[in-house]
Amino acid sequence: MNTFKQHSILPGFNLALGFTLLYLSLIVLIPLSAAFIRTAELTWPEFWSIVTTPRVVASYRLTFGASFAAACVNVVFGLLVAWVLVRYHFPGKKLVDALVDLPFALPTAVAGIALTALYAGNGWIGQFLEPLGIKVAFTPIGIFVALTFIGLPFVVRTVQPVLEDIESELEEAAATLGANRWQTFTRVIFPVIFPALMTGFALAFARAIGEYGSVIFIAGNMPMISEITPLLIVTKLEQYDYAGATALSVVMLVISFILLLIINLLQWWSRRRSTIT
Amino acid sequence: MSTITFPASGETFRQRATQEPAWVRRSLIGLALAFLTLFLFIPLISVFYEAFKKGVEVYFAAITDPDAVSAIKLTLIVAAIAVPLNLVFGVAAAWAIAKFEFRGKNLLITLIDLPFSVSPVVSGLIYVLVFGLQGWLGPWLAEHDMKIIFAVPGIVLATVFVTVPFIARELIPLMQAQGTEEEEAAVVLGASGWQTFYQITLPNIKWGLLYGAILCNARAMGEFGAVSVVSGHIRGSTNTMPLHVEILYNEYNFAAAFAVASLLALLALVTLALKTLIEFRNKQHQKSRGHE
Repeated sequence: MNTFKQHSILPGFNLALGFTLLYLSLIVLIPLSAAFIRTAELTWPEFWSIVTTPRVVASYRLTFGASFAAACVNVVFGLLVAWVLVRYHFPGKKLVDALVDLPFALPTAVAGIALTALYAGNGWIGQFLEPLGIKVAFTPIGIFVALTFIGLPFVVRTVQPVLEDIESELEEAAATLGANRWQTFTRVIFPVIFPALMTGFALAFARAIGEYGSVIFIAGNMPMISEITPLLIVTKLEQYDYAGATALSVVMLVISFILLLIINLLQWWSRRRSTIT
Repeated sequence: MSTITFPASGETFRQRATQEPAWVRRSLIGLALAFLTLFLFIPLISVFYEAFKKGVEVYFAAITDPDAVSAIKLTLIVAAIAVPLNLVFGVAAAWAIAKFEFRGKNLLITLIDLPFSVSPVVSGLIYVLVFGLQGWLGPWLAEHDMKIIFAVPGIVLATVFVTVPFIARELIPLMQAQGTEEEEAAVVLGASGWQTFYQITLPNIKWGLLYGAILCNARAMGEFGAVSVVSGHIRGSTNTMPLHVEILYNEYNFAAAFAVASLLALLALVTLALKTLIEFRNKQHQKSRGHE
């Protein structure tokens, strides 16, 4: 007991920690373990054949590809939005700043139907793209659009505080030493915000991989073409293929855990970087 | 300021050295706003436009439809259970983590964050595996005539799962920053544990608590994937608002779907407004503390 916890005169440790562990076990850990235990009932070849059928592999490729592309776009534009919000003044800035979090607050189903209506052939945006031969709704591009929307706040919100904390002296020093603005940005500012940028990328990517609500409306959900892995899980479940759904969800869980680990490492790196500078 | 200032023209020189030329500034602002307009503002506006496209009467008919009303009620009930549960959990977890030093703390924090990284669909599925007919407790529940999956308790459980981290992760850094001196002083002066919590800790964390609760509530009311897996989509009984939106949309009843969706969008806007208000208040508070 003494080695487990440092002495404190405050009461309530056992109650608080006990309740926390009980709650986490009942709500999170036991149900999550169910997925692994149920999958362990399958033999390895059975498991492997379920998670590597062509339809499933196509869904991985789509889910990861679209998530990666969306996270990349969010890195570029997230950095731009964060930069503009921190460095410049313009009318309506506070409102814009507040609305950046909209994808966190807006239910995914609402985002899904709104984006579908916009990008459908007769929608506000779709009607301009259709004559150009670009179809967005009901294609993989639509999935990319939905995932970009969902991941938008992550990069902005991880980069913004780091950008705010950069001392202006650093940039002034760079300027007095003869650097132009672009050099100051690439050599002084960018290295400082890089870990935060990567954290934002990883968060947006991780969120996009599991995303379901906003994607299924706009995707068209054609097997092999525009069917994401979470949807495949639901489809298998609706066909009472519990083993298949569970095996796929274990794959998704393992990927999520690896990403969570990477995100934690990135955040640790980011904190270290920003305390050094 | 340790920079060299030049007489007379010094001010403008420094401005130029650490700021981009005006045309760069303007084009960056323009580009950022164009991106946000395309991906944020237009989708938001379109929800309300589509909702009212067929007129105010159609709109009100859609949101006063009995199925819509029961979906709204169920959504409120689910949030009214999930948010307080996670509130109690968040306070307990933050108390243990922020006020005490013990081994395995970082692991515990990671575990609390876990639901954020799980796909909503998987969050629903794991409850089917535990409580569904094919699940661990399924046969026992069926024997005792209890239903969790495809019923309200399943919806509540899945919602609780996806919203577990919200309040805890607001409170943990806040309470860590506040330290333990105030509580220790209260205990030394003879206050009991609960007295210390109610009179010292709670006033210090009330804004963080509210902030977390608002975000938790928005997610609880808006959750789609996890709830969709466990709900069974029974109209008028296990349909939450987001699920009702999906049903209406799949029936090509777009005006009604967007009408119900507009209520959820309104909830999102209120959430953002309250969030901004609390952030603004905290900033003012910090400033006034800094001046003391």
